[in-house]
Parts: sequence; structure tokens; C-alpha cells
Amino acid sequence: MTAPAYADAEHRAATAGTLEGTSNLGWRHRVGQVVGSSLLLATLLAVVVLGVLLATVIARGWDWLNWGLLTNTASRFPERSGLGPAIAGTLWVIGLMALFALPVGVGAAVYLEEYAPDTRWTRILQVNIANLAGVPSVVYGLLGLGIFVDILGFGRSALTGALTLGLLILPVIIIASREALRAVPLSLRQGAFALGATPWQVIRPHGLPAALPGIMTGVILAFSRAIGETAPLLVAGAAGAILSRPDGPLSAYTVLPVQIYQWMQRPQTEFRDVAAAGIIVLLVVLLAMNAVAILLRQRFGRTRW
Amino acid sequence: MDQRGIDQAAAPGVSPLAGAPPRPPALDLSGAGSRRLSEQIIGVILFACGALSIVTTIGIVAVLVEQAFEFFLRISIIDFLTGTEWTAAFDREYGVIPIVVGTLVVTVIAMVVAVPLGLMSAIYLNEYAPERVRAVLKPVLEILAGIPTIVLGFFALTFITPEIIRRIFPEAGVFNALSAGIAVGIMVLPMVASLSEDAMRSVPGALREGAYALGATKLEVAWQVITPAALSGIAAACILAASRAVGETMIVAIASGARARLTLNPLEGMQTMTAFIVQLIAGEAPRGSTRYLSLFAVGALLFLITLLLNILSQYVVARFREVYD
Repeated sequence: MTAPAYADAEHRAATAGTLEGTSNLGWRHRVGQVVGSSLLLATLLAVVVLGVLLATVIARGWDWLNWGLLTNTASRFPERSGLGPAIAGTLWVIGLMALFALPVGVGAAVYLEEYAPDTRWTRILQVNIANLAGVPSVVYGLLGLGIFVDILGFGRSALTGALTLGLLILPVIIIASREALRAVPLSLRQGAFALGATPWQVIRPHGLPAALPGIMTGVILAFSRAIGETAPLLVAGAAGAILSRPDGPLSAYTVLPVQIYQWMQRPQTEFRDVAAAGIIVLLVVLLAMNAVAILLRQRFGRTRW
Repeated sequence: MDQRGIDQAAAPGVSPLAGAPPRPPALDLSGAGSRRLSEQIIGVILFACGALSIVTTIGIVAVLVEQAFEFFLRISIIDFLTGTEWTAAFDREYGVIPIVVGTLVVTVIAMVVAVPLGLMSAIYLNEYAPERVRAVLKPVLEILAGIPTIVLGFFALTFITPEIIRRIFPEAGVFNALSAGIAVGIMVLPMVASLSEDAMRSVPGALREGAYALGATKLEVAWQVITPAALSGIAAACILAASRAVGETMIVAIASGARARLTLNPLEGMQTMTAFIVQLIAGEAPRGSTRYLSLFAVGALLFLITLLLNILSQYVVARFREVYD
């Protein structure tokens, strides 16, 4: 009633050619809403899956969580089984891996971002790194088995595991570090160059510290991926059941996920519960590392420029 | 060093004019030579870090090719590629088709789970989600992406199989490809979602605004404008996810069983290429035996398949990308 009659007439005249489309506008919006809510449901499904997964693991493993789980060695009896050697092994492997992968990965990123001329060779290098990131982790295990165990003679040792994992996460570290370096504004570099600094004198005191939070975020995420890796270490020789903590780079070892896998392979169902408890420990470690990465990103995310 | 030398040599030439004003102290560039030297050393070290990735690739190819070559001296490559019986664990038949089909079945199931859900999540997060909802859902997907595969394997074995699959299909085995495929799908879902979302996000805003100006609804913008414009990126994301699914090891090793059966029935247990590698390692095959060498032959095939998929995804982006600038 309130709308003037001419508006309706004008509207009809304007839409005479596309009457169908316009008269369907309400319908089109309704379809959009229905589809929109089903899109939301599909996205929420990921949340539900994550929730059910955590609930399943906690329900099975909660009663088996105690100090003995963290300190005991492997045992025939589920109630006496523990992660002691596996935790020590994970620390050894990840520590050795950090010594190797951190400097090499950041070095490669600095080379590609700051030094490399724009040549055919550099492009090959970049494509190669992208492809290495897509090689299945179990193939890295075969690489470790073929080179570090068979040819270099490191045996099935923590060092072999560390080098294998190091090569596996190297592309991840390089890609993340390059992005962090690229985010450092050009003006910072140009200022230093204008004062006569050499490339290294620009990068070491200016580029690297500015990119450090970004690099550390990427590195932590890469390390947490390495902590959760099972297949390459199984192939490159993590031991099944091990009774003592590794005492050097060349001693036999096992790591958290491999120990969990061994428990899952046991026929007794109690060992599945112990495996669930081990998974809780593993997830807590990974969650802590991710929290640190998120904190770093928030604390240093918006920097001074 | 050179600089100072020149400076001193020049000085006597200037001094004949007695009573000339004292020269300002020359700019001290001492150490330029050593700077240049250390700069070169650092450059070489950094170059070596970059070159290590090439060495890694060569190492992978060399190890796989060398050992696989030895394997093919004992088992003909034709028999390997066309044989339909895989009993390598008992050192009998080396026909790779059953474990290739197993890999294929698991990958197809994973894609059936991950592609629609991942794509829907991407559209929702990119077009529909209010900022606050986005801020919650994105981290959840990131956490899901960070769950170790051994945990997803455990989930498949202790929840998906008994609580879902065997309730619906009582005839399904304790180990079955469907359960493993669903878990692998959960694993690659965040990857499909976030890579597709990146692709949609890089579609220029003018396209979206133009469509809205023409009276399109949100869904029409998302489905008829943004999705086609981002199609190359979405396709590349799906191919990369398939490559990841082909290479996934622990989930299938845990949930899909250890028997290589040539079947297309996802309710049966079957073995994939990756699961075979892990299984044989657990059996401690003696070095140099045909069984041991078969690891590398299967690894080489796996490497080849994933490499081709990765190259295909790069090609799709390079070839079919819509450029709007």
C-alpha cells in the first residue's frame, strides 16, 4: 500500500525481458541460504571429527596416564610399559636433526632469497625444492636406509634417524624461511647497502633478526611434523622394543610414534590403551609446540615497520 | 689493503706544494680485502646449503634406481609390472598390480571424502564465514592438519572401523580399505581446503564486486564466478592431495591390513605400496635379498607416481591459470 503504484509498474517494465530471473530473486536467495548452511555444516564436520578423535584417544588412554608411563621402559606387561627410552630417543633425534637442518635450511633460504642470481640454475633449484617437499616420507626412509645405513655405515642409529628426518623437513624450513625473509622490507636492505655493507653485512645484522620470528614459526612447525613422523624412521631403522635410553648419536633408539606403533601391533587390547596414553603424551608435546609457534606469530607478527 | 696502498703512494705526489692545507684523514677502507674474502666464503657456504637439495634428489634417485636395477636383474620388469600376485613377504611372487590397485582404491576413497568437504569448507571460509567464525575454524583445520598420521591410523582402527563401518556393513573386515581411505581423506582435507581457499582468495575483488553489482546472490558469486576463476588452483590442490594420499603410509599400514589382495571391494583388507614397505621392514629382510631389493623397486614406482602427480599439479597451475591483470 505504501509503495507508490508507479514504482511497481516501472519495475515491471524494466524487467520485462528478464522477468523470470527477477521474479526468482527470492528463490535464488533461499537456495543460497540453504547451500550456505550446508557449507557451514561441511566445515563444522572437521571440528566434529577432531573432537571425536580426541575423545576416542582420551577415553581409552586416560586411565593409563601416570609417571610410570613417562619413565618406564618397554615391557611385556602393559601396566609396566613406558615411554622412557622413546622420549629420550625423540630428544636425541630431534636435537641432532636441529643441529643439521636448522643452519642448512636457513642458509639455503638466505642463498635463494639474497644471493642467488636469477638464472636457470636458480630456477632448477627452486623447482627441485618444491618437488622434494612432495616426496612421500617413506621414500626418505628408503634414502636413509640406502645411504646412511648401508653406504655410510651409521647403522640403525639415532644419527641415521636425525639425518633422514633432517632431509625430510629441509624443504619445509627453506620454504618458510624464504617467506619470512621476503617479508622484510626492501628499504631496510637498501639502507644498509647504501652505507657500503656487503650482502652478508646486510643479512646477518639486519635481514635475519627481522625475519627471525617468521623463521622460528616455520621451524617449530617443521619440528613438530618431524616429531610425529613414523614411517621414515621405521624404514631407516628405529628399533622395535628397546630397553635402554640411547647414550650417544650412534646408539640404537626408538621414538615416540614408533613406540606407539609397536604397542598398536600387539595382540592384547591393553596395549591399545597404552598406545592411546602414548598418543596423549605425543599430542600434548605437539600442542605445546604449536602454542609456542602461535605465540611467536602473535608477539612478533606485527613488527616495527 | 689496496686502497691504503694507493693512498700512501699518492701522498708524496701531492706534498710538493708546500703549505698546502692538511689533508683530511683518508676514509679508512682497511679490511675491504678480507671483507671480500669472507664474503666469498660465506657465499660459497650458503650456496652449498642450497645445493644440498639437489644432492638429496640425486641421492634419492640413485639409491632407488641402483637397488631397483639389481631387483630387475632377478625379476623381469614385465613380470613385476603385469603380475597379479604379490607375495613378496614370503619371497614368492612379485607382481605389483595388487598393491598398486590397493593404493588406488585408498586414494580414490580419500579423494571422495576430502575433495567435496575441502572445497565446501574453502567456499564457506572464503565467501560466507564472518571474521569471528573464520578465526575459530581456520585454526581447527590447522590442528587437524598437524595430527600425526599414526594418530589417524589409531582413530581408523579403533573408531572408524568398529563404530561406523562394521555397524553399517557387518561383513567388513577388521582391516579394510574403506576405513583407511576415510582416515587418509581426513588427513588431506585441510590441505584441499587451505590450498583451494588460497586460490579463491587470489581472485581479484573486482570480479566479485562486478558480479554483486549485476545482482548475483552470494552463492552465484561463489559458485559461478569465484570457483571457475580459481579452478586451476583448486585442481592443483586436489592433485597435490592425491599425491599425498598415494604416499601416506602409517594409516594404511595400521588400518588396511597386511595382505596384498587383488580386489576392488573396499570392505576387504588390502595392501598399498607404502604399507608393504613398512611391513617388510618390520620383517627384517636380509640386505641384498630379493625381498630387500623389492623395497626399492616399489619405492621407485611410488616416487615416480607422486613425482608425476606433483609435476601435473604445477603444470595445471602454469597452463590453466586465469590471469586478470
